[in-house]
This record gives sequence, structure tokens and C-alpha cells, in this order.
Amino acid sequence: MAEYLVLIYEDEHAMEQADPSAWKTMRDGHNAFGAAHGASIRGGNALQPAGTATSLRADGAGGFTITDGAFAETKEALGGYYLLEAADLDEAIALAKEIPAAFGGVEVRPVRPLD
Amino acid sequence: MDASVEAAVADAHRREWAFVLAATVRVTGDIDLAEECVQEAYARALTTWPDQGVPVRPGAWLTTVSRRRGVDLLRRNATHDRVLPQLVGTGADDVPPDGHGVTDAGPIEDDRLRLIFTCCHPALAPESQVALTLRLVCGLTTAEVARMFLVQEATMAARITRAKKKISAARIPYRVPAADELPRRIDTVLTVVHLVFTTGHTAPVGSDLVRTDLIERALHLARMLRSLLPDDPHVAGLLALILLTDARRPSRTSDDGSLTLLPDQDRSRWDADEIAEGLTLVREALGRRPPGRYALMAAIAAVHAEAPTWSATDWAELVGLYDLLVAIWPSPVVSLNRSVAVGFADGPAAGLAALDALADEPQLATYAYLPSARADLLRRLGRHDEAAAAYRRALVLTDNAVEVGFLAARLAEAERDARPAS
Repeated sequence: MAEYLVLIYEDEHAMEQADPSAWKTMRDGHNAFGAAHGASIRGGNALQPAGTATSLRADGAGGFTITDGAFAETKEALGGYYLLEAADLDEAIALAKEIPAAFGGVEVRPVRPLD
Repeated sequence: MDASVEAAVADAHRREWAFVLAATVRVTGDIDLAEECVQEAYARALTTWPDQGVPVRPGAWLTTVSRRRGVDLLRRNATHDRVLPQLVGTGADDVPPDGHGVTDAGPIEDDRLRLIFTCCHPALAPESQVALTLRLVCGLTTAEVARMFLVQEATMAARITRAKKKISAARIPYRVPAADELPRRIDTVLTVVHLVFTTGHTAPVGSDLVRTDLIERALHLARMLRSLLPDDPHVAGLLALILLTDARRPSRTSDDGSLTLLPDQDRSRWDADEIAEGLTLVREALGRRPPGRYALMAAIAAVHAEAPTWSATDWAELVGLYDLLVAIWPSPVVSLNRSVAVGFADGPAAGLAALDALADEPQLATYAYLPSARADLLRRLGRHDEAAAAYRRALVLTDNAVEVGFLAARLAEAERDARPAS
């Protein structure tokens, strides 16, 4: 088995504009995902909007450049994640297809095991 | 060395590479290690076969040698830390790092489909799928693959290395997909083979119109898939399409290398065997409802193949087939080809109207066949000034030297015909 971090990227602006039924659909979707695949889910959370992010980058002189905002500015922002256990990429992708992301999509990243 | 042995090894390389490699991966659980073992097996054949004779079943001989080598190397590398995990689905992922319990015994299964589906996994970039397929399934060297796509060898090596690393790190399984995934996964494989073929059929850049090396690899891959998936109508459709299109190859360029279009081709030079085989396959592929994309494209090629002359072409049938194709595969390029067929079925004015409806398609903005098809319709309507302008536009967008020569000649004709009218 291996671990995969599934990153949920969605259009925050479109989400803010969405009506309450869309939020309910999303909540129901996450609840259903959790109920169906509890055994595979190692963790997961929703994140505050990308505007609350702070990015740090070493400045090469022993200090850090600290910037307001997410690391990569894209239309879709990282909004939540799941840590999943799966046998292989096909299984991880099959699980990821069930994660609600009506305003964007998800990225599946293998976790690199550290000794 | 005996030339016949050398030929036998080369033949076994072409025919058996995928089988030997696929069977070796099952032992090593690692593609790079398996490739190394297969290369050594072929090298061993070159030194052994001259004395011992060519084995009755060269593939089985090579597979046995390669798998034994794999077991040896695994044991020897026992102390060597593995950086990347074993390939999932080989059965080797449960094997301890010292290779204990690994054996080359037991019946050798045909694992070529596993190898093909791993190379053509949708989690890999399309250009990586193509590169890996040519490298691992066809057994080409990285230098040969780089030459086929006219990129630097270092660029191709980096692409292949990155793709192999992703297979291992992301655990892309070495497995034939389950039934519910199979149709989509087969489609990805067919897309790769079709891309190899179309790249060879009309090389996007370069001095030759046709790249025979790519066409032959595509045909080889399509035949391999046909033997491995004999009941799949899409596989039959793609093989039919390749055969029926490639049958025209001898007549597509004249002796001086210039381009001859379908109306002017000498149909007696078409490959009758390829056409006969293609027609049988297209009938089989069309028998399944609804017909797939490749079956319809093959049916279109079959209409041309069966027409004794250009003027006897059944254009109404072609328009009907394009209508079906547009319905299941809505692509501006298909609509463009449909417009050309309309231009013959219902006259150039109707064709031009259909074509101009596509003028704003972003996908066609840099597609040379749009202005060149438009130029031909305008030429037939006697609007030579506009035809010349369209030929000039097409020339700007064309990089293949043979096609440039053809368009330049047509442009000169249009300019000559335009003058008396002005």
C-alpha cells in the first residue's frame, strides 16, 4: 500500500458566488466520501481561503522572503486535502474521482515515504 | 559473423522484444533492470546462436536467458538499497529486497498487454506515452525515438527517464485494467498508435512526406494489439484505417518526390493486399453498433480504396460517414474534411459555405489544411485571386518541404489564372 495526498483545487470566487444548495451538495458529497471510504482515509481537512496564506522562500542569504498569499497564483486555489491509502495510482484515482470538487478539480500526489 | 544469424537476431528483436521485456519485468519488478537484462539476452544471442544454431523458438530462448539474468541481478543487488519501489502488479512487490523467492521457473505468460497499458497510462503525458511505447514495446533505442520525433537525444532521454520515474514513484500499476476501465484505456493506447501513424503518414516537418519507420512501427503495434485483443472492434478499426491509408503510400509522391493528391494518384499502384485486409477488418469493425471513431475513419478510407477512379468516388456516402463521425467525434478537423467531401458531393459553393462556417475555430487557426482546402474550392469556383491569397496563407503554415513544393506550384497556377481576369 502507499499514501497519496489528494489536493482539492477550486475556484474560490465561483464558490463565494454559489448558492447555499451548492454548499450543501459539497458537504453531502464529502460526508458520503467519508462514509464510503473511511478505511482508506488517513486524514483530511478544508483550508481557509488562499488569501489567508503566507508563503516563505529562503532568500539565499540566511533569511526568508515572506510573501502574502499562496505559493502559486492560479485561478484555482488549494482549498482542502485528503490523505488516502491506496494500493496503486489506479486505486487512488478511483477514490479521487469521488471527492467533490464542483468548482475545480483534484490533484493526486504520491507521498514519498521517508526512512 | 554469419549474416543469417545476424538477421535472425534482428528479426527476433523486431518480433519478440515486447514479449521478452514484458516477461522479464514480471521477474525484476523494475523496468530499467528488465531492459538491461533483455539487452544482455540479445547480446548473448549474437554470440551463442552462431555456434548452437538459431533456436526453434527464439522468443522463448531470449525470455529464459533474460529472466535468469534478472534473478541473478536481483540477488547480486541484495545489499543495494532500492531508491524506488517495485512496480505494482508484477507480483514482485512482495518479494524481499534480497530477491529471495524470485524464480524464473513456471510457464511464461504473455504480459505484453500489461506493458502496453503501463506505457500508455493516462497519468503520463501523451508525448511520454508515445516515447515509452516506442522504447519499451517496440524496443527502439532512445536515439532512434529522438530521431523519429526530431528532438535532441538528451531531451528524449530526459522525457523517458521522467516517465519511468513517475511509473515507479506514483505506483502506476503493471496491469491490464479492469473491465469497466478497459474501453477508455484501450482508447488511450489506440490514440498513441494512431499518433505514431499520422506522424509517419505526413511528417509535420522535414524533407520527406512520409516517414516509413514510423508507419511500420504503427502497423506493427496495431497488429500486435489485434492479436492480443482480437474481439475489440476499435482495434480492428484502427488496423483497418492504417492499412487502407497506407495502401496509397506508393502513389502519394511521384518519382521526383513531389506530392500527388488523391485525384491524381495512380490507383494501380495502391497496395491491393493491404486494401483487401483493411476491407475485411472494416466490415468487422462496422458490424458493432454504434461504430467507433476508427471504424468510421477506416470506412471513409475504404470508400476511396474501393473507387476505381477519382470521379467514380461515392461522395454522398462519404458525406454520410463524415456526418456519423462528427456526431461521435466532434472535431473541427473532421468538420473540415466533411466540408471537402461536401464540395465534391454538392459542388464547390456548398463546400465553401460549409468550410467558412469553421473559419473562427481556434483549433484551426494555424492548421494549413484549412486555407489549402479553401484555396482549392475557390480555384474550382474560378475565384483565382482569392485562391492565390488562400494558398499564400497555407504556405505560411506549412513546414513539410514536399507540401510546401505542392502549395507553391498551386499558388503559381492561381496567380497565372488570376491575371487574364484582372
